[in-house]
This record gives sequence, structure tokens and C-alpha cells, in this order.
Amino acid sequence: MIRKLAMTTVASMALTSTAAMADVVIADVAELSGAGAAAGAVWHDGVKMAVEEINAAGGILGEKIDLKEYDSQTDPQNSRAMVQKAIDDGAYVLLGTVYSSSTVVNMLVAQQNGVPQITGSESPTITAKGNPYIFRTAFGAQKGLPKLVSYLKDGIGAKKIAVVWANTEFGKGGYDAFMKIAAEQGLEIVADVPTEQAQVDFASDVAKVKGSGADAIFVYLTEEESARFLIEADKQGVELPLAGDTVLVSQKVIDLAGGAANGAFGHVGLSAEAPVDAIKEMAGKFQAKYGYGADHNAIKGYIGAYVIKYVTEQIGEFNQEKFAETMHGLCLDAATHPGVLMDVCWDDTGEMSRESFLVEVVDNAQQISKTLPAN
Amino acid sequence: MSRKHILFAAIALLLLIFVPMGQKNYIIYVLTSWLMFSIAAMGLNLTLGYAGQISLAQASFMGIGAYITALVTLAGYHWVLGWIAAMGATFVIGLLLGYPALRVQHHFLAFVTLAFNTLVFLVLRNEEWLTGGSHGLVGMPRPDFFGISTGKNLEFYYFVLVLFVISALVFSWIVHSPWGRAFKALRENPVRAESLGVDTRRITLLAFAIGSAFGGGAGAIMTPLVQFIEPGSFGLIHSLKILLMVVVGGAGFYYGPMLGAAVVILLPELLRFTEGYYLMIYAAMVIVLMVYSPGGLIGLGHKIMARVRPKKEVRKDMAKGAQL
Amino acid sequence: MSEFIQLLISGLSAGSIYALAAVGFTLLWQASQTINFAQGEFVMVPAFFVLALSVKLGLPIWLAMPLTVILSVLLLGALFKKLIVEPMHKHGTIPLVIATIALGLLIKEMVKEFYSPLGQPFPSLFPQTVLTVGDAVISVPDIANFVIAMGTIVALQLFLGRTRTGRSMQATAQNPDVAQILGVDIQRMVMYTFLINGALAAIASILITPIYLAKFSNGETLGLVAFIAAIVGGFNQIRGALVGGLLIGVIDNMSATYFSAEYRQALPMILLIVIILVRPQGLLGTSEGRTV
Repeated sequence: MIRKLAMTTVASMALTSTAAMADVVIADVAELSGAGAAAGAVWHDGVKMAVEEINAAGGILGEKIDLKEYDSQTDPQNSRAMVQKAIDDGAYVLLGTVYSSSTVVNMLVAQQNGVPQITGSESPTITAKGNPYIFRTAFGAQKGLPKLVSYLKDGIGAKKIAVVWANTEFGKGGYDAFMKIAAEQGLEIVADVPTEQAQVDFASDVAKVKGSGADAIFVYLTEEESARFLIEADKQGVELPLAGDTVLVSQKVIDLAGGAANGAFGHVGLSAEAPVDAIKEMAGKFQAKYGYGADHNAIKGYIGAYVIKYVTEQIGEFNQEKFAETMHGLCLDAATHPGVLMDVCWDDTGEMSRESFLVEVVDNAQQISKTLPAN
Repeated sequence: MSRKHILFAAIALLLLIFVPMGQKNYIIYVLTSWLMFSIAAMGLNLTLGYAGQISLAQASFMGIGAYITALVTLAGYHWVLGWIAAMGATFVIGLLLGYPALRVQHHFLAFVTLAFNTLVFLVLRNEEWLTGGSHGLVGMPRPDFFGISTGKNLEFYYFVLVLFVISALVFSWIVHSPWGRAFKALRENPVRAESLGVDTRRITLLAFAIGSAFGGGAGAIMTPLVQFIEPGSFGLIHSLKILLMVVVGGAGFYYGPMLGAAVVILLPELLRFTEGYYLMIYAAMVIVLMVYSPGGLIGLGHKIMARVRPKKEVRKDMAKGAQL
Repeated sequence: MSEFIQLLISGLSAGSIYALAAVGFTLLWQASQTINFAQGEFVMVPAFFVLALSVKLGLPIWLAMPLTVILSVLLLGALFKKLIVEPMHKHGTIPLVIATIALGLLIKEMVKEFYSPLGQPFPSLFPQTVLTVGDAVISVPDIANFVIAMGTIVALQLFLGRTRTGRSMQATAQNPDVAQILGVDIQRMVMYTFLINGALAAIASILITPIYLAKFSNGETLGLVAFIAAIVGGFNQIRGALVGGLLIGVIDNMSATYFSAEYRQALPMILLIVIILVRPQGLLGTSEGRTV
């Protein structure tokens, strides 16, 4: 058995080590299966579309991109193996993952091997670790949420807030950031409701926030859970303002909630409905190509792939160390770098900043009520 | 053990020593995690294949072991202390959990361990002060032994190989001891075993506790291997994964769990050309296997051998498959 | 108080649907010692039959739903028995347990790959309106779900207790050897049980998916709940599964509010362990029921 195993291992290695010669290898390690497949697969489609465009336009410094995909299976242990493999395959830059638990592991390996990594994760912890090889495609929750808290406080005059959040690594990051900012701004938290991953029944959660005497409800859940919460809140006749981050007011949640999302508002970092022509154009192409609408993860993946092109062309060679160095403190404007879609800057931790939007759901569609400056 | 077995084991060991040399990091990492899961599956094989009890909590024992090791090593103590603590704690927990469950009807251990796995997940996630909550624990060091570091992947592989060999020897000793033969008696004929004075309840309980300790030991390896642990890695689905490893390889066969772990870990690689379909193919394969050969792949091999060489008798007990 | 009433009602409503799944689970166990670890996926997948028939093939909803029940009876009932349970029965319980675990995985992956990995909205049979009783807000779909689920279980009880076929099925479950001697076609009776389980799963799926949304991973929670409800209530009694289902539904809703939101999932698990230790035959189970 073991001999057989060893032989198959050798055989599979021989198969995988035949990387393309002249092309530059870019590795996308994403959640293509498992609990995160909905996010990771869309991100990957965004990456793929950008890479095809770049290759059609001549590649990077005259070299075509050889995009290799690796499935993390939404499992950090497996994700680490995939990053190892991507690096063995000669990856120039790593893209992904969307879930922070895998990104946290991957960036350890990326750092040890000196490979830049461009992640889709929005968890605040990622850029707080002092890792010089990690870069974001969307700013962390700790940057987005202050904008929302200010709006809750000054825009609608809320003083008491009920918080409903997903008790997962995704939700916990947003929750911690929100609680910190809310305390700084003097908001009182009257109900604190953690929910489960893939929770289906939100009756008791809605009843709890409804009876809490809150002026507004902050909802930080993933797509399906957001929709289920909205449906249940609608069912129980909750009339309080519902506020959230990108997910709550995303088109996916609006479609799922079937009318129950109307009136919800949120702060959105990236959105296919943003009043930016470049994004609208990208979203249109995406819809035509894949037959479904782009969301923030698709846009993140698309931008991520283009960033590799622009940064490499700026340094004029394929040099991983210089890549990381150059990207710290770099700003790319959308006028000369159309692939980033909106003006964007990175600081020395890999955190990034960009304009963002306040969105309200009206008639089952996102309506941008305000564009907020980058911070 | 017959001479043939010893020869086979020696060749296998030589292969395990020489195959990874000069390989890329990824292959070495995959082989290391295969060794780790083999240890966990070996433990479950003792519970399932030898004592005939389903445990649905092997991943949570790995989790307990991994967190204990992480806390011990992050506090600055040597990994060996963490390893001992992990195995000790999971052994005791196995006893405490198994004792009441095995007191009542036969198959209830499956249900109790199912509930236990969820409870462990909740504690790991909610007790943030201790376990880091859903963010998990990160940055656990790889150990040094007498000045020899295991930091690089190949070094770490040999370190895990040593632990694997120790586990395999212990396992072999258990099954071949008088005590292990009591298992065989129990499996082949529980009524007769009992009437011959075998305390079935006690040896079943011990089998479960030792099996759990193997899980804890595998967890202790996961901590320095991945250098990041989070509650999600130890959910019910992972317990089912380990259970499938044991059954696919062949429950009750010495090399069954190792083969099963290899299938589960290497299959995504071998079936990569099928893109998203590999899990479907795997699931369908398991169903077909259960229909034709409940003794797993090794059982299937024996069946085929028996057909080719009808003189050699298939083990009577496994022809029927493991029984509740 | 109004909060309590509201939670009680939504708990009973969800619980009655859990009971449907738990009753099916119990029936399979009684008739053929099948511990169906794919029961959750059995409840998840009929919703996708409805969507495939109505959204993809364009059939009207009133036609898609009965067709779904028929499809479920055929695929999740007959095919499941013929293809998986029957050939494996001679191997004993463990291989069958493993096979149903793999079947659950297979169904989940197929839905994800061939339909969608994303959640899908699902049409509701009932108007989304609420009744206000005192301070409590009670939703019409909740009441309707409860009535239909309970009605189904009562009808099933009547069928099993009052008809000749039903009594033969019960006899088969309790003692197949005696039943056979008495001239009962036990293979056919066992098959009926599987068909009924398919129908129960379809009904549960159609009732619960408007609230849960159709998603490939829904079965994970549902299966666990059905499992716990069946054991807590009593593995060898339909009434037991019913009570178990309702109890888990109510506990689920109450524990987040009155116990701990972070440990809400723990309560059913602790209940399960306590029941196994104190009353292994379940709340309503009888200890002379068939043991394993």
C-alpha cells in the first residue's frame, strides 16, 4: 500500500511540476469548495476575467500570465498546503483568499518565502501583524465602520444600538471593530446578539433586538443569514432602521430577501452599483461572461489581478521583493490605471484606502445616497 | 507477526524515509499531513475496527490535543510537554465520555460523541480568553530536539515520521497483546467472549480512550505543522472525514487507516482533472465500496486475492463487515 | 410575556417541521435499522426540485410542488432503498451508516455543482402577514406550517393505526419474523416506509424553505436536529419523534434568549447526552422496543 502510495505521489508530482516556461505564474488560492465557495468562486471569476483581459492586451512586460488555481476547500490546513504548492510551482504573486482564517495561514508561508500576497479578506487582523508581503484589495472593517457609526449617530440620531453579528471569524472581526468605534463615539449597546454560522432560524434573535429598546440595529452577517434575518424582521414587524456593511445591502441579499431588504442601509466599500463608470462597465462585462451579477468579491479579484500588472510595470521587472517594497505607500489612479476601477492607495502595512459609499435599499435596488472620502 | 509482515513494514519504512528527499515543499507537507491523519485514523480504527464502536468525535479529540499543545508551547514550554498533556487529557476525556455512554445500549456512543463534538467546537469558539475564539491561535513554534531544529518542512516530516512509527508500534503492540486478542475474540463472537470471562465493557471503554488519545496525539502534531488552529478545523464534518478514512481503507485492518488517509488526502490531487467533481466521485465511490466491500479497500483486495487464490481464507469476521 | 409567546409559537412552528423529518427518520429505523445520516439532505433537496421545475423548466408553482412530492417519493424513497439500503442490508449497520454519510455528501455536492452554490429565494405558500394578539405578533405562515405539519403527522398516525396496510407496517417494524408468518409481505411494507419518508421530507422541505432559503448546506443543521429529536423523543415511537421535534424547536428558540446566544447550540446537545444517560429509550420510548 505504502509503496503504491509513494509511487502515485511521485507520479502526481511529475504531473504538477511541469509549469509553463516563459509565462509568469500567478497563483489564485481561493475557496472554490467548502463553506466559503460562494465568496471564493466569485472572487476567482473576477480574477480570471482580469487575467484574460491582461493577456489579450499583451500580458505583463510582454509575458503572458499563466493563472493557476488552487482550492483551499475553505480549510486553513489545506490552504497552507495549496500555498506551499503554488510557491513550488513558481508563483510570482499570490492572490486570495477571501476568508481571513486561510489568509492568516497563507501569509505566514508567503512571508517565509518572500512572495507578495494580495488578499480579499477584510478582517482587521490581517494588516495588524506587521507582515511586509500582504496587501488588501478592500479596506479592513476597522476603516469602513467608523463611517457607518458616524452616520448612525449624526445622520439618524441613534443613541442605542442593537448588534446582531455572525459568531465566526468573519463576523467577529467586524463586531470587534464596531464595538470599539461605538464605545469611542458614545453609542450605547442595548442588545448584543451573536448568531451561528449558517443559522437558519432567526425568530429569537429578531425578538430579542425588537424588545431591546434600540434606536437602530447593526447587522453584520453573511449573505444568506442577512437575508433570513431581514425576512424574519419583516415578519415580526420590526420598523427600526437596519444598518450594515457591504453585505447587508448587496444585490444578492436584496434578491434573496424579496422585498424585506427595503429601507435597510449600509456602508459599502465596493459595489457593482457604485456610481463609477469603470465599475459599471466591468460589472456589465462580468454579467455577460458568467451569466450572473458581479459582487464586491468579483470586483476585488478583478482589481487584485490588475494591481499585479501595474506594480510590476512600475518596477520594470519581475522582482518579488521590489514588488512588496514598491506597493507600500503606492497610489494608483484610475485614470491612468483603469484596471483598479477607482483611485486607490496602500500604506506601509498593506492596508488600503479608497472612496466608499452610503447605500440605501429602495424598491429592491441599491441607491447610493452619499459618496464618502477615502480615509 | 510473521516474517512477511516485518519485511513489508521494513520496506515501507525505507520508502517513507527516502521518498520525500529532494521533493518540493508541497509534497513534503502533504506527506506530513498524511502521517498526521494516519495517526488519528489509527486511533479511530481501534475504536471502530477492533472494538466495533462508532466515534464521531475524533476531530474534536484532535482539537483538544491541538489547543493544549498550542497553549503549552505558546507559554514557552517544550512541545513534548504539550504532546504528553494532549494525549493524557484526551485519554481521560475518552474514559469520562465513554464510561456512561457504554453503560447503556450498544450504539449510543455514536450519539454521545456526535453531541460532544459540537460542544467542544462551541467551547473552543466561545472561550476567547483561552482559545482565541474564532480568530484561533497563530504562530506556534516548531520544536527543537537537542539543538536540532524541525523548522524546515523536510526536518519536520522526519519528526512526524518518528511519531508515526512510535504510534504504529504501540498500535501493533496493542493488537497483538493478549489484551488485543480479547478484541478479536469480542469482534468474532461477543457472546462467547463474554462467557469466557472477557469484560467487554471494560476493554471497549479502554479501546475508545486509547483511540481518543491517538486523536489527541495527532492534534499535537497539527499545531506545529499548520502553525495556526481555529475551531472550524475540528467540526463534525472533520470527524466524519476521519471516519471515512478508516472505513474506506478498511476498518479492522492494520494498514486500513493509513491507506484510507492517503486516499482522502491525495484524491483531490489525483482527481484534479475532474475540477469540481472530485467530492462527488469520492462520495459515490464510498457508497459503491460499502455495497461491494464493507471491509474497505483492503477488504476488497483480500476478496480479489481470495478469488485468485481460493486456498487462502478471508477473515470470517470481516466478510460481514464491522458490526454495531 | 409577549416575547415568550412569540418565541413559543415560532418554536412550535419550526419544531413541527423538525418533527416531520424526525418521524421519517424513526420510521426508517424501525422498519429497516437504517440510521439515515442523509436525512438533512433529504429535506434540503426537494426545494431544489421545486426550483428546477418552476424556475428552470417554467412550470407553475401549483404543479411543481406536487411533482416534487412524487419525485421525492421515487428518488429519496424507492431509489434510495433499492440502490443503497437493500444491497447493504446484509452487511449490518455500520456500512449503511457510512453509505448514508457519503450519500449526504453526494447530494450536497450535486446541488452545489449542478444548481448553485448560492442561496436561492423560495416562494411561500402563504401570505407574509401577521396577526397581532395583545402585544405578540404572530405570523400567518408560522401558524399554517404548524397546522400542515401536525395534520400530516396525525394523518400518518391514523393510517398506521387504522388501516390494514398501516397495521401490517407496524407489525413488520415490531417483529418482522412474526409478521412474515402471519402472511405480511414485509419487503413491500418496508418499501412503503421508505416512500413515506420521501414524502415527509418533501413536505418538510416545501414548508421550511421559504424561511430558510434554498441552499445546499441547509441539510447540515436539519439533519442534526432530526437526529436529536428522534433520540430525545424515543427512537421507537412516532409520538416520541413528534414530541422530540417540538421540544427541540422550542428549546432552539428559547435558549438564545433565556440561556446564552453563544451557547445556543449546546442546549439540545446537552439534552441529548442527559437523555441517553438517564432515559436511553427516550422520553416517550418504551424500553421493550427493539434493541440493537
